[in-house]
Amino acid sequence: MKQTLVVIGNGMVGQNFLAGWVASPAVSAYNIITFCEEPRPAYDRVHLSEFFAGKTAEDLSLVEAGFFENHGITLHLGDRAATIDREAKTVISAKGVTVHYDKLVLATGSYPFVPPVPGHERKNCLVYRTIEDLEAMTAAALTSKIGVVVGGGLLGLEAAKALKDLGLETHVVEFAPRLMAVQIDEGGGAVLRRKIEALGVTVHTNKNTTQIVDGDNCVNKMCFADGEELETDVVLFSAGIRPRDDIARSCGLEIGQRGGIVINNQCQTSDPDIYAIGECALWNGMIFGLVAPGYAMARTVIAGLAGGEASFTGADMSTKLKLMGVDVASIGDAHARTQGALVYHYQNGASEVYKRLVVCPDNKRLLGAVLVGDANEYGTLLQYCQNGIELPENPDSLILPRLSGEPAGLGPDALPATAQICSCYEVSKATVCSAIEAGCTTLNALKAATKAGTGCGGCVPLLKSVLNCELAKHGYEVNTDLCEHFAYTRQDLYNLVRIGEIKSFAELLGKHGKGHGCEICKPAVASILASHWNDYILKQEHLGLQDTNDTFLANMQKDGTYSVVPRIAGGEISPDMLIALGRVGKKYQLYTKITGGQRIDLFGARLEQLPAIWKELIDAGFETGHAYGKSLRTVKSCVGSTWCRYGVDDSVGLAIELENRYKGLRSPHKIKFAVSGCTRECAEAQGKDVGVIATENGWSLYVCGNGGMKPRHADLFATGLDKATLIQYIDRFLMFYVRTADRLQRTSVWMENMEGGLDYLKSVVITDKLGLCGELEQQMARVIDTYQCEWKTTIENEDKLKRFRHFINSDQPDDNVVFVEERGQIRPANEDERKHFKILEVA
Amino acid sequence: MVWFDVCGAADLQPDSGICALVQDQQIAVFYFANSQKVYAISNFDPFGQANVLSRGLIGDISGQAVVASPLYKQHFNLETGQCLEDAAVQIPAYTAQIVNGRVQISW
Repeated sequence: MKQTLVVIGNGMVGQNFLAGWVASPAVSAYNIITFCEEPRPAYDRVHLSEFFAGKTAEDLSLVEAGFFENHGITLHLGDRAATIDREAKTVISAKGVTVHYDKLVLATGSYPFVPPVPGHERKNCLVYRTIEDLEAMTAAALTSKIGVVVGGGLLGLEAAKALKDLGLETHVVEFAPRLMAVQIDEGGGAVLRRKIEALGVTVHTNKNTTQIVDGDNCVNKMCFADGEELETDVVLFSAGIRPRDDIARSCGLEIGQRGGIVINNQCQTSDPDIYAIGECALWNGMIFGLVAPGYAMARTVIAGLAGGEASFTGADMSTKLKLMGVDVASIGDAHARTQGALVYHYQNGASEVYKRLVVCPDNKRLLGAVLVGDANEYGTLLQYCQNGIELPENPDSLILPRLSGEPAGLGPDALPATAQICSCYEVSKATVCSAIEAGCTTLNALKAATKAGTGCGGCVPLLKSVLNCELAKHGYEVNTDLCEHFAYTRQDLYNLVRIGEIKSFAELLGKHGKGHGCEICKPAVASILASHWNDYILKQEHLGLQDTNDTFLANMQKDGTYSVVPRIAGGEISPDMLIALGRVGKKYQLYTKITGGQRIDLFGARLEQLPAIWKELIDAGFETGHAYGKSLRTVKSCVGSTWCRYGVDDSVGLAIELENRYKGLRSPHKIKFAVSGCTRECAEAQGKDVGVIATENGWSLYVCGNGGMKPRHADLFATGLDKATLIQYIDRFLMFYVRTADRLQRTSVWMENMEGGLDYLKSVVITDKLGLCGELEQQMARVIDTYQCEWKTTIENEDKLKRFRHFINSDQPDDNVVFVEERGQIRPANEDERKHFKILEVA
Repeated sequence: MVWFDVCGAADLQPDSGICALVQDQQIAVFYFANSQKVYAISNFDPFGQANVLSRGLIGDISGQAVVASPLYKQHFNLETGQCLEDAAVQIPAYTAQIVNGRVQISW
C-alpha cells in the first residue's frame, strides 16, 4: 500500500521539493499532500521587487499550470498546518483538516523579524515578504510621500527599491555601521552606500530605533537612540528573518537556542520521520537565508526517501545581485576571517567600483571576494573559489581593469567538467556540455533543458560563455547574415543606408550585396528605406520589394482575397463614420468584424475591388490603417477621464495624438500601443510595445510588452512624465528600435537580447548615454513630416491602379474565389463547398 | 512549338509579377528587370489552394530564380516549377519570351 508524504509549506523550497520529487524514482511510493498557508501556490520571492516594476503574481509564479493535478498532489491552499500529532502521525490544519502522514517534510520558511520597539504595530508599519505585503505597501503608498526601510541588508535594499518604485522619498535605516554587513566588507559597504545615495535614497547607519510615534507632518515619526528623529509615512521592517518553527516547537521537536528546527546531515529532525528544509531548518547551528541551500536540502531529502544516500554538508553563501541597479557580489570568506589570509583591493573612485580578493596565505587559492559596482568577474572568481583552481601569479590581475583589451578571465575551457555552473540547480559544466552536444545551441534551449540560469540568474553570463565556447569548438559559426544576398545584419544594413545615403534596393544590392535578392532581404530593405527616407512605398523602384500586403495596401487572406482596415485612431469613431463604413461593407458585401485593436476589419475584398472601396472610404474621411505593414498598428484606449468615474487623465485624447503622430512609421515588426486613463488599466497597455498609463503624478510609460504566441508583460520605463517628455521618450525609443532591431524582431525580444537590457535601454533613451537622442528625434520628426496616406496617393495615380486587377488581360474575376453565407455574412467556401459550386456551374 | 500571346511587354512589372488568363489557364508572369528575363508558371498555389503566386516576391536562392508564395512562403523554381521545400510538389512551368513588344508563352 502507498504511504503518505505530507509537505507543510509551499514556498520556493517546498515547491522545489515537490518538483524534484515528481521526477524522482520514488514518486510512486507515496501519496503527496501539501499545505500552503498563502492564498496562492509558490512564487518567486527572490524577484519580489519586480512586482512593482509591473510583474504580476502570475508572472512570479513558480508552479506550472496543472502541476498539482497532473501529479496527483493534494493541495490545501490557503490552509495553514496548525499542529502535528507525532503519536497519531497526523497533521491538523487551521481549517480543521486532519491528514495522516508516514513521512513529513517541514518547509515552513521564515518570517520577517520586527524589532519589538514601541510603536512597531502602528499604521503603515509593514513588512516585505509576501504578495499580500506588497499589496499592503501599494495601498499605503497611495496616501504617502515618505518611506523608511528598517534594515540595510540585502532584503532591506530590495525593499528600498520597491518604495522608490512606488514613488516615495526613500530612506534606509541600519543598526550596523554599514550596508549589507553580512556579505561585504567596510570598503565595499562605503562604495555601495555612495552609489545607493546617488540614486536618491538616503542612508542612515549606526541608527538604533527606540520608538515610533505620531508624526508632525507624516503618519509616523521614528525616534533614534542618538536623539535624532525621522518623519515618515511608511515604515517597512526588513531587519532579518526568523525561522518559522512554531509548529515544530509545539510538537516537541528539537529547536535551536535562537530558533530553527535542528536537522542532521540527512535533514532529519529529532523525529526521524520528520524532515525540515529551507529557512526553517537549523543545520550545524546555521540558518541559510538563500534559496540555493534550501534547494540542496530538498534534494537531500528526496534522495533519502528514494533510498539513496545523500547528505547536506553546508552550502556556499556566495551571492551576486543587482540592488537598485548596482551590482553587488560576495563570495566565500569575504571578510577575510581565515587565519593568515591575504587581501587585495581595487578601488576606482571615479566610477565607484570596488573589488576585493581574499587569498589563502600561500597566494595560490581564492578564499573569497567582494565586488561592488561591477560584478563581471563574479563567475570567474566563483569558479576559482569553488573548484580550488590555482590562481595566476599575480592574483590581483583578476580584478584590475583590462587596459590591453585582453580578457584576464578564466576561459570556460579552464573549468573542470565537474565545475558547478549553476548553484541554484547544481548544474555542472559536464551537464551543460552534454546538453549543447544534444542540440541545445541557444541560451534559451540550454536553460530549458538543464534549468541552469533559471534560479537567481547569476550564472547566465558564465553559461553563455560556456555555450559560445562549446559552439565554437563544434565548428558552429554563429551566422548573423540577413540572407545569402547580404552578409550583414539588419542593423548593419540600416547604417549602410543611413551613412551612404542609399535610396534604393538596387543601389544597396549593387554596393553591398550579391544576386537578385529574395523575400527575406527585399521587404527588410524596403522597411529600412521607408523608415529612413519615408518615400511612397509603391514608387516604381520600391514596388517589387514589398510583401503582397504592402504591394496592394491590404491584408491577403487564405483564399487570395484581401481585408481592408481603415484607421480609427484611438478607437474613437462618430456615428456618421460608422454608417459610412457600414455602407461600404454592405455595398461590396464584405464580412465585417471588430478587431482587437479597436477598429473594424472588412474581409473578402477582391483585388480589383480595392481601389473603389478605398475611394469611397477616403471620400467619407477615412485614411489607411497600415494594417498591412510592419508599422504602427493601433493605439488602443479606454474611455478615460472624459467619461469614466475613475479616469485620471484623457486617455482617448492622448491615444489619438500618439496614433496620428506615429502612423505610417515603418519598423522591423508591427508595433502596438495602448493608453489607459488610470491604473485600472482597461486598455491593457502593459501588453503592448508601448503602453501609457495615467497616474496622479503624470504618465507612466511601459515598454516592450506584447500579446500573441509568447505574451510578455511590458516593463515600467519611466513614471511621472508630462506629455512633452513622454512623447520625447517614445520618439527616441521607437527610432532606436527601428535602427537597431533585427528583421521581424518585436520590441520585447529586441530588448531581451540587448546587452544590459532594460537598464541599458533607459540609459540610451533617458540619459542619452550614446549621445544619439537628438539624431533620433530629428529622424522621427522627418518621418512625421513626410507622412502620407498611401491609399490616397494610390487612388490619385492612374498608373498605380493598373495593378489592381486579377488578370492583366481580362476583366474576369478569379473563379476560384467562392463565398458561402454563415451567420448572415460571407465566408470563404471550404474545399468541398467549392467543388460543389463548380459542379453546379458546369451543369 | 505554339506560342500564345499573353500581354504587352509594357504591362510587365519590373522585378515583380502579374497574372494573365491564357487558354483559360491562370498564368503568373514575372520579369527580372536587370537581366530582362521573363518567366511564366501556374498561378495556383498548391499549398494554399489559391490563385496567388503572381503576387509573391521574386528573387534567387542558390542561383535559381524563384518566387515565394505570399501565403505560406514556399519557394517555386521559376524555370521548372519545382517546389524547393517539398520535392514531391512541382507546378506547371512555361517557356516565355518577349517578341516585338509582346509577351508570349508556350507549352
